[in-house]
Amino acid sequence: MKPIFHEEFTKLMREDEKVVFIDADLAKAHGSENLRKEFPDRALDVGIAEQMAVEYAAGLSAYGFKPYVATFTPFLTRRACDQITISVCYAKRNVKLIGTDPGITAETNGGTHMSMEDIGVMRSIPTMVIYEPADAAEFKKALPVINDYPHAMYIRHQRTQAQDVHEGDFEFDLFKAEVLKEGADVTIAASGYMVAEAQKAADLLAKEGINAEILNVHTIKPIDGETIAASVKKTGCLVTAENHNIVGGLRSAILEDFSERDVYVPTEAIGVRDHFGEVGFLPFLQEKYKMRPEDIAEAAKKVIAKK
Amino acid sequence: MSFPEVDLKEKAKEIRYHTCDAIATHGAGHLGGCMSCVELITVLYYKVLNIDPKNPQMEGRDRVVMSKGHAGPTLYATLALKGFFPMDWLKTLNASNTNLPSHCDMNKTPGIDMTAGSLGQGFGCAVGLAKGSKIMNDGATIYAILGDGESQEGSIWEAAMTASQQKLGNLIAFTDYNKAQIDDWVDETVSLEPIMDKWESFGFNVFECDGHDMDAIYKTICLAKRKGMNNKPSMIVLHTVKGKGVSFAEADQVGCHHMGIAGEKAAQMYSEVK
Repeated sequence: MKPIFHEEFTKLMREDEKVVFIDADLAKAHGSENLRKEFPDRALDVGIAEQMAVEYAAGLSAYGFKPYVATFTPFLTRRACDQITISVCYAKRNVKLIGTDPGITAETNGGTHMSMEDIGVMRSIPTMVIYEPADAAEFKKALPVINDYPHAMYIRHQRTQAQDVHEGDFEFDLFKAEVLKEGADVTIAASGYMVAEAQKAADLLAKEGINAEILNVHTIKPIDGETIAASVKKTGCLVTAENHNIVGGLRSAILEDFSERDVYVPTEAIGVRDHFGEVGFLPFLQEKYKMRPEDIAEAAKKVIAKK
Repeated sequence: MSFPEVDLKEKAKEIRYHTCDAIATHGAGHLGGCMSCVELITVLYYKVLNIDPKNPQMEGRDRVVMSKGHAGPTLYATLALKGFFPMDWLKTLNASNTNLPSHCDMNKTPGIDMTAGSLGQGFGCAVGLAKGSKIMNDGATIYAILGDGESQEGSIWEAAMTASQQKLGNLIAFTDYNKAQIDDWVDETVSLEPIMDKWESFGFNVFECDGHDMDAIYKTICLAKRKGMNNKPSMIVLHTVKGKGVSFAEADQVGCHHMGIAGEKAAQMYSEVK
């Protein structure tokens, strides 16, 4: 996603002179350092000062700009949580917050750099919208929509690991979950990195004659409970798959919504089970946290048996 | 910009009275820090700021960020006197459905340029505003009022480094140096000294003056504006007295950060600020 990130923001900043891009000493990691050459006034690096970066963005927003702040997820959502809550959301500032390398995709940066809780933290801040693209093509479609959305938003962005999920053209609605594959036996609702893993799980299940429906729940708040509920009404059961603690993230959002809708179906959860992260490459981490396609397929069979 | 001739001392008296009245009407409030910045607010709003009460959102206007957001009532009294909203709003401080909450809220109060109150954040926002003005090249000056206790927050110094790095000569900050915070004297808690050297070492033009001498405040702001031409942000350290103008508050500067005002206390306060 790194080249896309740079290319798309270049395009956006050319089209919209109100867009300001703020880095906190991770421009090279994000591929955004070249923005400074073309937009020296609007592509800014405030150094390793994330709380200040968010305050600064709130101030720029109060001056009519559309600031984006990008840094690794934990440094944004943990360290600057009060700034995001008060100077951005409470103050109704149109600041877009981009957390990169979410969950296990932080890989060899290890446990200190792994956010297993960022969705839970951001989700409980009133008014915050949370979006997590499944691949680069989707992020490309989403960016102009995000830019036109006039309120704060948290974007959980996979910097390097995004696998292609979409083939050809596709419809994108920021506030609608996407049905990637229709199926009749089980619904797998996934977000971010886990969408591609869910697709692989569906292939494994197909070999055993199980037809899984795959939902790309890219917007976790507000959750599109209507689409997800319609899917489980058809399949009768649900597996959630997220690159996050299963406490406070996608699973929690869906089940909270279901309880409001009086939707009760057997569920299984794939995600980090209340552990901190640790250093390693994705295959190791996926195995450790049981987040492989095989684990999703097993969960699907288990939940089908509960119907 | 030209300003109508006003008796600043008279204005400061009015602001002090209406601030005290708002707090007493509610029954309690941040009296100490509201009183210590009355003269600064008077000078800013009656001699310095390019603002229009009839058009609070005027483009290119100067902006004030009350980073020590608990001093909102002093700003509210001033904004009401300037005509940003009716005077009778002042009686609604902290009441249900009020437009005047204890800490400044840009979405509730006409004339408030930035929400503040979670200490340390307003100054960083002011740095963002100053950068916004620079990008727009609209000639505005951004003023930020910091508490001394507030300056123990780390993000104040993150913001100071950025303001300096980005050469924001259009940013003028004040430290309301009343030397007391909730728990104790600042020097007994975590001292800011040497405060002048600290700000200077962070790349600011640094000034100090008596924060209750309005002539000195005005002259220092003018000097800071001129010095700001060197593209350095400015810090004006105002030596003030917490609770200034209310004898029982001045006598208990550490205790007057937030206090109840009722009964005999209220009567005494009214007799002193009328």
